[in-house]
Amino acid sequence: MPTAEYTLEEILNLAAIHFKVPRAKLTPDDDFFKTLKIDSLQALDLLTKLEHHFHVELPDYELQGVSDFRTLANRIQARL
Amino acid sequence: MLNLDQYSCLGAALQDALDRWPNETCLIEADREKEKTRLTYSDFKEVALPLARALEDAGVASGDRAAIIMTNQSKWLISAYAVFYAGGVLVPLDYKLTPDEHLQLLAHSKAKVLIVEYHLWRAILQSLGGKTHGVQTVLVTEAPLRAELGGAFRWEEFRRKGDPNFVPRKREDVACIVYSSGTGGRPKGCVLTHGNYLEQCKSLAGRFAFWPGVRYLSILPTNHAIDFMVGFIGPFVCGACVVHLRTLRPEFVRDAFMRYRITYVALVPMILKNLERGLRAKFDELNFAKRFLLNRMIGLNKLLTRKQPNVKLSRKLLGQVHAAFGRELLAVFTGGAFMEPATLQFFYELGIPVANGYGLTEAGTSLTLNDFKPFRADTVGTPLSGVELRILKPDSEGIGEVAARSRTVMSHYLDDPELSARTIVDGWLLTGDLGRFDQHGHLQLFGRKKNMIVTEGGKNIYPEDIETAFEGMAAKEYCIFAANYIWPAKSLGNEKLVLVLRMEQNQEFTESLKEEIAARNRKLPDFKRIGGYVVWQKDFPRTASMKIKRNILAEEMGKTLERSAIVEL
Repeated sequence: MPTAEYTLEEILNLAAIHFKVPRAKLTPDDDFFKTLKIDSLQALDLLTKLEHHFHVELPDYELQGVSDFRTLANRIQARL
Repeated sequence: MLNLDQYSCLGAALQDALDRWPNETCLIEADREKEKTRLTYSDFKEVALPLARALEDAGVASGDRAAIIMTNQSKWLISAYAVFYAGGVLVPLDYKLTPDEHLQLLAHSKAKVLIVEYHLWRAILQSLGGKTHGVQTVLVTEAPLRAELGGAFRWEEFRRKGDPNFVPRKREDVACIVYSSGTGGRPKGCVLTHGNYLEQCKSLAGRFAFWPGVRYLSILPTNHAIDFMVGFIGPFVCGACVVHLRTLRPEFVRDAFMRYRITYVALVPMILKNLERGLRAKFDELNFAKRFLLNRMIGLNKLLTRKQPNVKLSRKLLGQVHAAFGRELLAVFTGGAFMEPATLQFFYELGIPVANGYGLTEAGTSLTLNDFKPFRADTVGTPLSGVELRILKPDSEGIGEVAARSRTVMSHYLDDPELSARTIVDGWLLTGDLGRFDQHGHLQLFGRKKNMIVTEGGKNIYPEDIETAFEGMAAKEYCIFAANYIWPAKSLGNEKLVLVLRMEQNQEFTESLKEEIAARNRKLPDFKRIGGYVVWQKDFPRTASMKIKRNILAEEMGKTLERSAIVEL
């Protein structure tokens, strides 16, 4: 199983690629809605990308109340 | 459609619907590529009645309140029918609220029963931390096999044999308590009667018909007034079918249009814009020749449908676009939040008419709706039958507060006679929205008189509800406003909340305080966040009981500062 740090790093990399943002601009505690300038539907799109990457099914509710990469990584890590 | 004039309550109308169309499909539930549930009206009855009987055996009686906290799914509607069957009052709560907010509204509504999805229940239990919740019977759906349920019952097993006793209700009896605002300030529980819903359903069906074979895609939360009406009561009393999706990922929503050949859907601006973005991206990928042809077809469609929509013709002219929507889509409904005319126009020119309407929970579902005769992107349509609208104190441009009188207007706010008396005056609901009628009788909206915003996702946000998130900050005092309340704008859209701070004497506004504000803001759900802050140089005006005189403060700020004083976060 990947470590929590690895999961977080992968999420940041994927978000940077998917939303075409320089990786260096993203930090774990960023509010991704603000940093990536996305709405909740685009955040769901990101969830789909993460599912494919980590080979895990993530219900929509895993995103509820989550707005920073670190918490998102913790939610995904718990399902790996 | 059933003749709704002959019914005194929703339960009776739904009961007849189940018998009238036993073999028609009423519910389809899909989870990603898989179809999880498909029920006929007869199947629905078979599942719902033993639940109604179990609720009755558990002591649910006429007028008892039952809350539902669920995402859109078949169990939502089955549970709601069972509650109505037993004579109960439904309290549909927004599943996106926090567990603490759920608990506050459960307490405020005095719900005796709670029907809730497992993951939401787990969060509520964690929030309770061993304290009691005051709800007598909790039913949890889809709980894992060995899950700790904290005294709740499994919804799937909560069944009793034997016919339940149908409990009739009168038109003036309460059907639902729907919260139009949250919890931090003053919960606004709109008390809506069976008569309100039956009248609303009749007037909406007069404008857009449903019939057996129609498939409505339910995306807006069912606790929302629009989906409750257009995604439950409306289709059911017409023998139509409701399609639920367990995920709202854009790719599965797009797929559902094709797979289930959707006839109608109601969407908030955010989703409609997402669809627009997707379509525009696809159009941009076309080569020059295909793009040229597409533009010609759009132009021709625009010309031929300028007086009224002709969906059959549009499907022929723009076959590929309509194929992406399943080729059966007749109309999209939208309302409850500001919709940019350009987006409405974009879809209309593709032959996908979007019926923009205007309503508020206090008025049932909808007060006005566009009828496409002809299509208008710049208005929220004309009043529905049975709805009277007036513009109060119009200014020189004819703009004033919209007031409504209709059989669909709520009875009152739960346990708040003072607010009820201020909101419904001499039988007229004061909406707090600013509008005027044009020469064709269409209502145009121009902003709000009230201190609140509506997000693109269709959520009403009242500043008082989120002030607690900033409690204990290093400042003398603070409060939150809708920016348009301080600086009235004769427009809707791009609404934002602004935090107003008054510092202690000789206290500086520091960078660390700004960071703290930003950090606290991040903890709020994305749709509740403030957009910026303003440092105000005077003490807040207060009443004798030390409540902030918000209207006076806002007026003074508006006169003293420009809108540009807002520091973006």
